[in-house]
Amino acid sequence: MERNQMRRQLALMRQSFFDQGFLDEQFIQLEELQDDANPNFVEEVVTLYYRDSSRLILNIDQALERNPLDFNKLDNYMHQFKGSSTSIGAKKVKAECTQFREYCKAGNSEGCMRTFQQLKKEYAILKRKLEAFFQQARQAGPLETACRSRN
Amino acid sequence: MRMASSSSFSSASMAMGDEKPHVLAVDDSLLDRKLIEKLLTNSSCKVTTAENGQKALDLLGLGDGQHALNSIASKVNLIITDYCMPGMTGYELLKKIKESPTMKDIPVVIVSSENVPTRIKKCLDEGAEEFMLKPLQKSDVNRLRCQLTKFSNPHKGMLCMGR
Repeated sequence: MERNQMRRQLALMRQSFFDQGFLDEQFIQLEELQDDANPNFVEEVVTLYYRDSSRLILNIDQALERNPLDFNKLDNYMHQFKGSSTSIGAKKVKAECTQFREYCKAGNSEGCMRTFQQLKKEYAILKRKLEAFFQQARQAGPLETACRSRN
Repeated sequence: MRMASSSSFSSASMAMGDEKPHVLAVDDSLLDRKLIEKLLTNSSCKVTTAENGQKALDLLGLGDGQHALNSIASKVNLIITDYCMPGMTGYELLKKIKESPTMKDIPVVIVSSENVPTRIKKCLDEGAEEFMLKPLQKSDVNRLRCQLTKFSNPHKGMLCMGR
Protein backbone atom coordinates (compact mmCIF):
# COMPACT_ATOMS: atom_id res chain seq x y z
CA MET A 1 0.00 0.00 0.00
CA GLU A 2 1.26 3.46 -0.86
CA ARG A 3 2.95 5.22 2.06
CA ASN A 4 0.77 8.34 2.14
CA GLN A 5 -2.33 6.20 2.07
CA MET A 6 -0.98 4.14 4.96
CA ARG A 7 -0.33 7.29 6.94
CA ARG A 8 -3.81 8.59 6.27
CA GLN A 9 -5.26 5.30 7.46
CA LEU A 10 -3.06 5.45 10.52
CA ALA A 11 -4.24 8.97 11.33
CA LEU A 12 -7.87 7.88 10.99
CA MET A 13 -7.25 4.87 13.20
CA ARG A 14 -5.64 7.09 15.81
CA GLN A 15 -8.49 9.60 15.69
CA SER A 16 -11.05 6.82 16.14
CA PHE A 17 -9.40 5.84 19.44
CA PHE A 18 -10.21 9.28 20.80
CA ASP A 19 -13.63 9.61 19.15
CA GLN A 20 -14.75 6.24 20.46
CA GLY A 21 -13.45 6.92 23.95
CA PHE A 22 -10.74 4.28 24.12
CA LEU A 23 -8.03 6.86 24.75
CA ASP A 24 -8.00 10.29 26.32
CA GLU A 25 -5.78 13.38 26.41
CA GLN A 26 -3.10 11.64 28.44
CA PHE A 27 -2.18 9.55 25.38
CA ILE A 28 -1.45 12.77 23.52
CA GLN A 29 0.81 13.82 26.39
CA LEU A 30 2.77 10.60 25.77
CA GLU A 31 2.98 11.34 22.05
CA GLU A 32 4.31 14.81 22.80
CA LEU A 33 7.09 13.31 24.91
CA GLN A 34 8.26 11.18 22.00
CA ASP A 35 11.20 12.69 20.14
CA ASP A 36 14.34 11.81 18.21
CA ALA A 37 16.08 10.76 21.42
CA ASN A 38 13.24 8.34 22.20
CA PRO A 39 11.49 7.62 18.89
CA ASN A 40 9.54 4.64 20.27
CA PHE A 41 8.64 6.17 23.59
CA VAL A 42 4.87 5.70 23.30
CA GLU A 43 5.15 2.06 22.33
CA GLU A 44 7.65 1.43 25.13
CA VAL A 45 5.33 2.94 27.69
CA VAL A 46 2.36 0.98 26.35
CA THR A 47 4.44 -2.21 26.50
CA LEU A 48 5.20 -1.51 30.16
CA TYR A 49 1.48 -1.05 30.65
CA TYR A 50 0.73 -4.49 29.17
CA ARG A 51 3.33 -6.00 31.48
CA ASP A 52 1.93 -4.30 34.59
CA SER A 53 -1.63 -5.10 33.59
CA SER A 54 -1.15 -8.79 32.89
CA ARG A 55 0.44 -9.21 36.31
CA LEU A 56 -2.39 -7.34 38.02
CA ILE A 57 -5.08 -9.21 36.10
CA LEU A 58 -3.58 -12.50 37.25
CA ASN A 59 -3.44 -11.31 40.85
CA ILE A 60 -6.99 -10.02 40.77
CA ASP A 61 -8.32 -13.21 39.13
CA GLN A 62 -6.72 -15.23 41.92
CA ALA A 63 -7.96 -12.88 44.61
CA LEU A 64 -11.50 -13.12 43.22
CA GLU A 65 -11.45 -16.87 43.79
CA ARG A 66 -11.12 -16.43 47.55
CA ASN A 67 -14.11 -16.78 49.77
CA PRO A 68 -14.83 -14.36 51.33
CA LEU A 69 -13.27 -11.69 49.14
CA ASP A 70 -10.53 -9.50 50.58
CA PHE A 71 -11.87 -6.16 49.38
CA ASN A 72 -8.93 -4.28 50.77
CA LYS A 73 -6.47 -6.30 48.75
CA LEU A 74 -8.64 -6.09 45.65
CA ASP A 75 -8.94 -2.34 46.00
CA ASN A 76 -5.18 -2.12 46.36
CA TYR A 77 -4.60 -4.01 43.12
CA MET A 78 -7.20 -1.93 41.37
CA HIS A 79 -5.65 1.30 42.62
CA GLN A 80 -2.46 0.25 40.83
CA PHE A 81 -4.34 -0.81 37.72
CA LYS A 82 -6.23 2.44 37.62
CA GLY A 83 -3.01 4.36 38.09
CA SER A 84 -1.23 2.85 35.14
CA SER A 85 -4.37 2.98 32.98
CA THR A 86 -4.61 6.67 33.76
CA SER A 87 -0.94 7.18 32.92
CA ILE A 88 -1.39 5.95 29.37
CA GLY A 89 -4.82 7.45 28.82
CA ALA A 90 -6.76 4.18 28.70
CA LYS A 91 -10.13 5.83 29.21
CA LYS A 92 -12.57 2.90 29.15
CA VAL A 93 -10.33 0.62 31.19
CA LYS A 94 -9.91 3.40 33.74
CA ALA A 95 -13.70 3.76 34.02
CA GLU A 96 -14.04 0.05 34.78
CA CYS A 97 -11.33 0.36 37.42
CA THR A 98 -13.27 3.16 39.09
CA GLN A 99 -16.46 1.10 39.01
CA PHE A 100 -14.68 -1.89 40.49
CA ARG A 101 -13.34 0.22 43.36
CA GLU A 102 -16.86 1.46 44.07
CA TYR A 103 -18.01 -2.14 44.43
CA CYS A 104 -15.04 -2.90 46.70
CA LYS A 105 -15.97 -0.03 48.98
CA ALA A 106 -19.55 -1.30 49.05
CA GLY A 107 -18.39 -4.87 49.71
CA ASN A 108 -20.31 -6.05 46.67
CA SER A 109 -18.74 -9.33 45.48
CA GLU A 110 -21.04 -9.85 42.55
CA GLY A 111 -20.50 -6.31 41.36
CA CYS A 112 -16.73 -6.77 41.57
CA MET A 113 -16.75 -9.97 39.59
CA ARG A 114 -19.09 -8.63 36.93
CA THR A 115 -17.10 -5.43 36.54
CA PHE A 116 -13.83 -7.31 36.33
CA GLN A 117 -15.13 -9.38 33.40
CA GLN A 118 -16.08 -6.16 31.69
CA LEU A 119 -12.70 -4.65 32.50
CA LYS A 120 -10.85 -7.59 30.98
CA LYS A 121 -12.95 -7.24 27.82
CA GLU A 122 -12.16 -3.54 27.50
CA TYR A 123 -8.51 -4.16 28.19
CA ALA A 124 -8.32 -6.88 25.51
CA ILE A 125 -10.01 -4.64 22.95
CA LEU A 126 -7.66 -1.76 23.69
CA LYS A 127 -4.61 -3.98 23.56
CA ARG A 128 -5.66 -5.36 20.16
CA LYS A 129 -6.27 -1.90 18.79
CA LEU A 130 -2.97 -0.52 20.03
CA GLU A 131 -1.01 -3.50 18.77
CA ALA A 132 -2.53 -3.06 15.33
CA PHE A 133 -1.79 0.66 15.50
CA PHE A 134 1.89 0.26 16.32
CA GLN A 135 2.32 -2.46 13.75
CA GLN A 136 0.80 -0.26 11.07
CA ALA A 137 2.91 2.68 12.26
CA ARG A 138 6.04 0.61 11.74
CA GLN A 139 4.95 -0.28 8.22
CA ALA A 140 4.08 3.29 7.36
CA GLY A 141 7.53 4.45 8.41
CA PRO A 142 8.47 7.34 10.73
CA LEU A 143 5.45 9.51 11.29
CA GLU A 144 6.02 13.25 11.84
CA THR A 145 2.49 14.14 12.96
CA ALA A 146 2.41 12.21 16.22
CA CYS A 147 5.90 13.23 17.32
CA ARG A 148 7.33 16.50 18.44
CA SER A 149 7.86 18.72 15.45
CA ARG A 150 11.43 19.59 14.64
CA ASN A 151 10.47 23.14 13.62
CA MET B 1 29.11 34.91 41.28
CA ARG B 2 26.35 36.31 39.17
CA MET B 3 22.93 35.74 40.71
CA ALA B 4 19.86 35.58 38.48
CA SER B 5 17.27 38.19 39.35
CA SER B 6 14.25 36.71 41.01
CA SER B 7 11.85 38.53 38.74
CA SER B 8 13.06 36.99 35.55
CA PHE B 9 13.50 33.41 34.60
CA SER B 10 16.03 32.26 32.11
CA SER B 11 15.36 28.84 30.71
CA ALA B 12 18.93 28.54 29.57
CA SER B 13 20.67 28.73 32.91
CA MET B 14 20.19 28.55 36.60
CA ALA B 15 21.43 30.90 39.28
CA MET B 16 24.54 28.82 39.85
CA GLY B 17 25.58 28.78 36.18
CA ASP B 18 24.56 26.58 33.28
CA GLU B 19 24.04 23.40 35.26
CA LYS B 20 20.86 21.43 34.80
CA PRO B 21 18.71 21.04 37.90
CA HIS B 22 18.93 17.58 39.36
CA VAL B 23 15.66 15.96 40.33
CA LEU B 24 15.16 12.82 42.38
CA ALA B 25 11.88 11.13 41.38
CA VAL B 26 10.42 8.44 43.61
CA ASP B 27 7.60 6.13 42.49
CA ASP B 28 6.92 2.43 42.88
CA SER B 29 5.43 2.18 39.37
CA LEU B 30 8.01 1.58 36.66
CA LEU B 31 5.64 3.05 34.11
CA ASP B 32 5.27 6.26 36.08
CA ARG B 33 9.02 6.48 36.70
CA LYS B 34 9.59 6.25 32.97
CA LEU B 35 7.05 8.99 32.36
CA ILE B 36 8.34 11.40 34.96
CA GLU B 37 11.91 10.81 33.86
CA LYS B 38 11.05 11.70 30.27
CA LEU B 39 9.02 14.73 31.30
CA LEU B 40 11.91 16.03 33.37
CA THR B 41 14.60 15.19 30.81
CA ASN B 42 12.62 17.00 28.13
CA SER B 43 12.62 19.99 30.48
CA SER B 44 16.40 19.91 30.66
CA CYS B 45 16.66 18.35 34.08
CA LYS B 46 19.04 15.67 35.19
CA VAL B 47 17.02 12.83 36.72
CA THR B 48 17.65 10.08 39.21
CA THR B 49 14.79 7.71 39.97
CA ALA B 50 14.10 5.50 42.97
CA GLU B 51 11.47 2.80 43.28
CA ASN B 52 10.74 3.31 46.96
CA GLY B 53 11.34 5.59 49.90
CA GLN B 54 14.17 3.53 51.38
CA LYS B 55 16.11 3.57 48.11
CA ALA B 56 15.54 7.32 47.88
CA LEU B 57 16.98 7.76 51.38
CA ASP B 58 19.94 5.56 50.48
CA LEU B 59 20.63 7.73 47.43
CA LEU B 60 20.43 10.82 49.61
CA GLY B 61 22.89 9.34 52.03
CA LEU B 62 20.28 9.11 54.76
CA GLY B 63 20.22 5.33 54.88
CA ASP B 64 21.37 3.60 58.06
CA GLY B 65 25.04 4.04 58.79
CA GLN B 66 25.69 6.14 55.72
CA HIS B 67 27.68 9.25 55.12
CA ALA B 68 26.45 11.96 52.83
CA LEU B 69 29.83 11.93 51.07
CA ASN B 70 29.00 9.40 48.35
CA SER B 71 25.43 10.46 47.87
CA ILE B 72 23.77 12.70 45.35
CA ALA B 73 22.54 14.76 48.29
CA SER B 74 24.65 17.79 47.56
CA LYS B 75 23.44 17.92 43.97
CA VAL B 76 19.69 17.36 44.25
CA ASN B 77 17.56 20.48 43.67
CA LEU B 78 14.13 18.90 43.93
CA ILE B 79 12.53 15.69 45.12
CA ILE B 80 9.28 14.53 43.55
CA THR B 81 7.64 11.61 45.25
CA ASP B 82 4.48 9.60 44.78
CA TYR B 83 2.26 9.53 47.86
CA CYS B 84 0.95 5.95 47.70
CA MET B 85 3.86 3.58 47.90
CA PRO B 86 4.11 0.26 49.72
CA GLY B 87 6.43 0.28 52.74
CA MET B 88 7.26 3.94 53.18
CA THR B 89 4.66 6.37 51.86
CA GLY B 90 5.61 9.64 50.20
CA TYR B 91 4.47 11.40 53.35
CA GLU B 92 6.78 9.30 55.53
CA LEU B 93 9.63 9.99 53.13
CA LEU B 94 8.86 13.70 53.31
CA LYS B 95 9.03 13.59 57.10
CA LYS B 96 12.41 11.87 57.08
CA ILE B 97 13.77 14.42 54.63
CA LYS B 98 12.51 17.33 56.69
CA GLU B 99 14.06 15.78 59.82
CA SER B 100 17.47 15.69 58.18
CA PRO B 101 19.76 18.68 58.81
CA THR B 102 21.36 18.21 55.40
CA MET B 103 18.22 17.57 53.36
CA LYS B 104 15.51 19.62 54.99
CA ASP B 105 15.91 22.56 52.67
CA ILE B 106 15.49 20.57 49.48
CA PRO B 107 12.01 21.21 48.13
CA VAL B 108 9.79 18.14 48.10
CA VAL B 109 6.78 17.83 45.83
CA ILE B 110 4.21 15.13 46.53
CA VAL B 111 2.21 13.66 43.67
CA SER B 112 -0.89 11.55 43.99
CA SER B 113 -3.60 10.11 41.78
CA GLU B 114 -6.14 10.94 44.48
CA ASN B 115 -7.40 14.36 45.43
CA VAL B 116 -7.86 14.02 49.18
CA PRO B 117 -7.99 17.36 51.03
CA THR B 118 -6.84 15.90 54.38
CA ARG B 119 -3.94 14.24 52.65
CA ILE B 120 -2.97 17.45 50.89
CA LYS B 121 -3.09 19.45 54.11
CA LYS B 122 -1.04 16.85 55.95
CA CYS B 123 1.70 17.00 53.33
CA LEU B 124 1.79 20.77 53.08
CA ASP B 125 1.85 21.07 56.89
CA GLU B 126 4.82 18.73 56.97
CA GLY B 127 6.67 21.05 54.61
CA ALA B 128 5.94 19.77 51.13
CA GLU B 129 6.41 22.52 48.60
CA GLU B 130 3.45 21.40 46.57
CA PHE B 131 0.95 18.62 46.17
CA MET B 132 0.16 17.75 42.59
CA LEU B 133 -2.19 15.35 40.88
CA LYS B 134 -0.97 12.48 38.72
CA PRO B 135 -0.30 12.04 35.97
CA LEU B 136 1.97 15.04 35.73
CA GLN B 137 1.80 16.95 32.49
CA LYS B 138 4.29 19.00 30.56
CA SER B 139 2.77 22.22 31.91
CA ASP B 140 3.21 21.01 35.51
CA VAL B 141 6.85 20.24 34.93
CA ASN B 142 7.43 23.56 33.16
CA ARG B 143 6.01 25.34 36.17
CA LEU B 144 8.18 23.37 38.59
CA ARG B 145 11.18 24.05 36.41
CA CYS B 146 10.50 27.78 36.62
CA GLN B 147 10.20 27.62 40.38
CA LEU B 148 13.49 25.75 40.67
CA THR B 149 15.47 28.91 40.03
CA LYS B 150 13.98 30.31 43.21
CA PHE B 151 14.91 27.27 45.28
CA SER B 152 18.64 27.01 45.40
CA ASN B 153 20.00 24.07 47.27
CA PRO B 154 22.36 25.71 49.77
CA HIS B 155 24.55 22.61 49.74
CA LYS B 156 24.96 22.48 45.99
CA GLY B 157 28.58 22.62 45.02
CA MET B 158 29.74 22.40 48.63
CA LEU B 159 31.65 19.45 49.94
CA CYS B 160 29.86 17.37 52.52
CA MET B 161 32.41 17.19 55.29
CA GLY B 162 31.71 13.68 56.52
CA ARG B 163 28.51 14.39 58.41
